[in-house]
Amino acid sequence: MMAQKSGRIVAVTGNEAVAEALRQINPDVSAAYPITPATDIMQRFTGFVSDGKVKTEMILVESEHSAMSGCIGAAAAGGRVMTATSSQGLALMWEELFIASGTRLPIVMALVNRALSAPLNIHGDHSDGMGARDCGWIQLWSENAQEAYDNTIQAFRIAEHMDIRLPIMVCLDGFIISHSIERIEYIDDDAVSKLVGEYKQLNPLLDLEHPVSYGPLILPDYYMEYRKAHAEVMSKVPGIVLDVAKDFEKISGRKYGLFEEYRLDDAEIGLVILNSAAGTSKDVIDSFREKGIKAGLLKPRLFRPFPYDEIGNALKHLKAICVLDRADAFGGSYGPLFIDIAASLYPHKNGPVLINKIYGLGGRDYMPSHAELVLNELVEIVKTGKVKMIKEYIAVRE
Amino acid sequence: MADMVEIRWHGRGGQGTVTAAKVLADACLSSGRHVQAFPEYGPERAGAPLRAYNRISSKELRMHCPVLNPQIVSVVDATLLDSINVADGATKDAIFVVNTSKEPKEIRAKLKAESSQKVFTIDASKIAMDCIGRSLPNAPMLGAICKATNIVSIDSLLEDVRKSFGKKFSQKIIDGNLEATKRGYGEVKEG
Repeated sequence: MMAQKSGRIVAVTGNEAVAEALRQINPDVSAAYPITPATDIMQRFTGFVSDGKVKTEMILVESEHSAMSGCIGAAAAGGRVMTATSSQGLALMWEELFIASGTRLPIVMALVNRALSAPLNIHGDHSDGMGARDCGWIQLWSENAQEAYDNTIQAFRIAEHMDIRLPIMVCLDGFIISHSIERIEYIDDDAVSKLVGEYKQLNPLLDLEHPVSYGPLILPDYYMEYRKAHAEVMSKVPGIVLDVAKDFEKISGRKYGLFEEYRLDDAEIGLVILNSAAGTSKDVIDSFREKGIKAGLLKPRLFRPFPYDEIGNALKHLKAICVLDRADAFGGSYGPLFIDIAASLYPHKNGPVLINKIYGLGGRDYMPSHAELVLNELVEIVKTGKVKMIKEYIAVRE
Repeated sequence: MADMVEIRWHGRGGQGTVTAAKVLADACLSSGRHVQAFPEYGPERAGAPLRAYNRISSKELRMHCPVLNPQIVSVVDATLLDSINVADGATKDAIFVVNTSKEPKEIRAKLKAESSQKVFTIDASKIAMDCIGRSLPNAPMLGAICKATNIVSIDSLLEDVRKSFGKKFSQKIIDGNLEATKRGYGEVKEG
């Protein structure tokens, strides 16, 4: 089973790992504009271009709006395309994100998650990715450098699948993962190329024998059918993500699902948390288990489209759950992850009690002690049946 | 050594402290362990105090947060001893390695180290001046840490110093750093 194919063990940053995956994939075109903390990915990648290690046509543009526009043009022309950004860069791409997904262009983008301005802050936070959760892109979230690397490779196969043809973001935590060095395992260049395969064009603009039109005006007579088709194609994504994960396991020995369940089977209390903080939480879950407390964790990987049924089924047997959000949804609402988890449990009448904690905004450290506090609160909720506050900011000055 | 060792580095911007943490991670990797190396990112200014961290473990490292209870504390710039409590949170059996020309006893008193904690000193800045001609104390600090903690063999460390400096620098600088690492290993004092 463990088909470890001569993986190279290295100690690299998350950004370096993503750049290496992009080198191995060797896309046709990239258009990019630098922004902290994603800059490093494209800085390394443009190095590969200059050194002739990839054949990618690199377009250095004057803004992220242009970067995404360039990617859209190149993808419509018939190329395999990728870029990377963070925070304000993603915000500036906003209108183009919808055009990429509505035009069904399989662009791959690394999103190094960072807080949004104002106030200006360059650190890890999920506000950027959450702001783009409904733009019709697929989103894969990554706990560490290994997952960021693995997800980047799988992203091309998923996005380019002929049944969906959708753009995809691979999210990793700014600085915490992007700039920290960790041990990871690289897959052989050949195995990566084989897994990703030759790029298959679909209605390329540059096929002059078969002229096509992109970006049409569609009025009320057909616009709604077009959007419905997009919603339907999103429903095919989870199956494709799982198929690609199976093929990926064959070359890497590493298993991926739509989400990760950690000690969840017999758990009574649980945390739901994205990305790097999930790792820190798992260590704390282990220490609670040692004390005889049945704690578990669920870490979403495919966040868009959100696998509501599967996640609802994985969580419904718990007694109390805390959803931890590294972003807030302003407007008197709960955090974005909480809203989706609540929706996934909605069909289950006697489901768990839910609470929501907002943590780690703008790079505020998420420490094991924070996970301990939250788990202790869940123990108390199970004991007393009482919830003090549904939503609360943690590790913050009053 | 325990399953997991956590290291905290105290230095100032421009001294190569972050590079030292990276080299150490690389060197420990070659012995098959899991490693992390990461700095605390703030506004990056030459001369400003900074911290960097390592975790070295036989098991997968899932923790992604700063080190609060280091077993090893490496002080690359002794002037920090006057402004920062570098012993904060250090474990009872912590090992301190300080770049200073002073005697370990004097540093031990300054740190208010417990008797169960070990204090080592090394004049890494002087070694760096002798070997490299610049006050970049990271190579001799690595040598000293290697000797004081046994966290990695000196051969693995030298190999990684050679590799990481080999990418950017001339043979003269590489040789200087290798010599500095060896001298750090040889000249570290306990007290």
